[in-house]
Amino acid sequence: MRALLVEDSRAQRCVVRAMLKELGFEVVEATNGHDALRALEQSERPDVAVVDWNMPEMDGLEFIRELRRRRQFDSVRVVMATSETETSQIECALSAGADEYVMKPYPKDALRDKLVLLGVM
Amino acid sequence: MTAAVAEALPAYFDFVRRLVAERAAIVLDATKLYLVDARVMPVAARHGFDSIAAMVSAIRSRPFGLIHEEIIEALTTNETSFFRDVTPFEALKKTILPELIQKRGAQRELSIWSAACSSGQELYSIALMLRESFPTLGSWKVNLLGTDYSTQMIERAASAVYNQSEVNRGLPASYLVKYFQRQGLQWRLSDSIRTMTTWRRLNLIEPWSSVVAPMDVVFLRNVLIYFSPDDKKKVLAQVRKVLRPDGCMFLGGAETTMKLDDSFERFPCDGAVCYRLKGGCT
Ligand SMILES: C[S@@+](CC[C@H](N)C(=O)[O-])C[C@H]1O[C@@H](n2cnc3c(N)ncnc32)[C@H](O)[C@@H]1O
Repeated sequence: MRALLVEDSRAQRCVVRAMLKELGFEVVEATNGHDALRALEQSERPDVAVVDWNMPEMDGLEFIRELRRRRQFDSVRVVMATSETETSQIECALSAGADEYVMKPYPKDALRDKLVLLGVM
Repeated sequence: MTAAVAEALPAYFDFVRRLVAERAAIVLDATKLYLVDARVMPVAARHGFDSIAAMVSAIRSRPFGLIHEEIIEALTTNETSFFRDVTPFEALKKTILPELIQKRGAQRELSIWSAACSSGQELYSIALMLRESFPTLGSWKVNLLGTDYSTQMIERAASAVYNQSEVNRGLPASYLVKYFQRQGLQWRLSDSIRTMTTWRRLNLIEPWSSVVAPMDVVFLRNVLIYFSPDDKKKVLAQVRKVLRPDGCMFLGGAETTMKLDDSFERFPCDGAVCYRLKGGCT
């Protein structure tokens, strides 16, 4: 199983990378949306992308919209993982094409539950 | 337990262990001393004692009362989450409910019970699923009952208010936005779902007769693991009496009826394991 982790904070990346590895994923990392689109072109297609919202250059929302425009990535499940907690923001992420949403901070079990819901575990 | 370990145990541990075994059927072995210390100390502090030992020697000869009750509450493990383990809910949705709906077409009534419901996520997961996937049931009488030993848990479940880490776990984001309202750091489940449910305090090792009517589906998950084999048997014997002949029961992932009660048979269902009464019509 492969995961693409898109997150600008190095500390946060480190934590989530460790969770994904413990859950049995190979992890490719990117620090913003542009970076993530590049990573998608260059590495094998991931089963899931875990995407932060607020990032420089291209934010998570825009990245998800870009990803959903590329039909070859239809099978990639997307979890938006962010500290935004307004209902309207969650709705916005889902309508942009996120399949799930998890609010920071979250433990490994919460991430696992989301991945199970999406059928990637 | 070795003699050395038994000797090292403080006297209050034995009192606490007997108390929770007799009243709630919960088994605590010597390895749970740390758990007793961590969870019972706040009870002692709340009642003005400076140690568990002091509290226990004060209440030892008193009749069962508030402090005893609080000790037991403190030692129940309440971990739960929305759609925990996923598969039982899938089985309910794909197989069990469609079958039951067909069979109950004349009565138009269904009863589902979350026994040992903790803070309520298990029963609300079922309520959410019914609302989302079975609109026909809107005109039926659907009884959703949640019970637990802990009064505190029953109050929490009935309030239907969850914090961020609870709604983060297992709950599809689409349900969160559709059925919950954010109130500061809390999320409140909408009344349209909350009012589908009923909550009662019930000790599973005492007689259930007045609380539990005949059931079509029983969720009895992650509670038998805390009981002794004898108490497990007693509880399953009572399930036998309330489960309708064509009803079904779900246990937790680490639980089984095997070697405890041979009137149940297990059958795999959509990735979950389900239990039915032998000879019951399916
Ligand atoms: C780990 S939770 C299980 C919650 C839920 N069924 C699930 O699987 O997620 C166990 C619950 O059993 C309850 N419990 C423990 N002993 C009990 C007893 N004798 N009668 C009723 N409930 C009991 C506890 O209060 C606790 O809420």
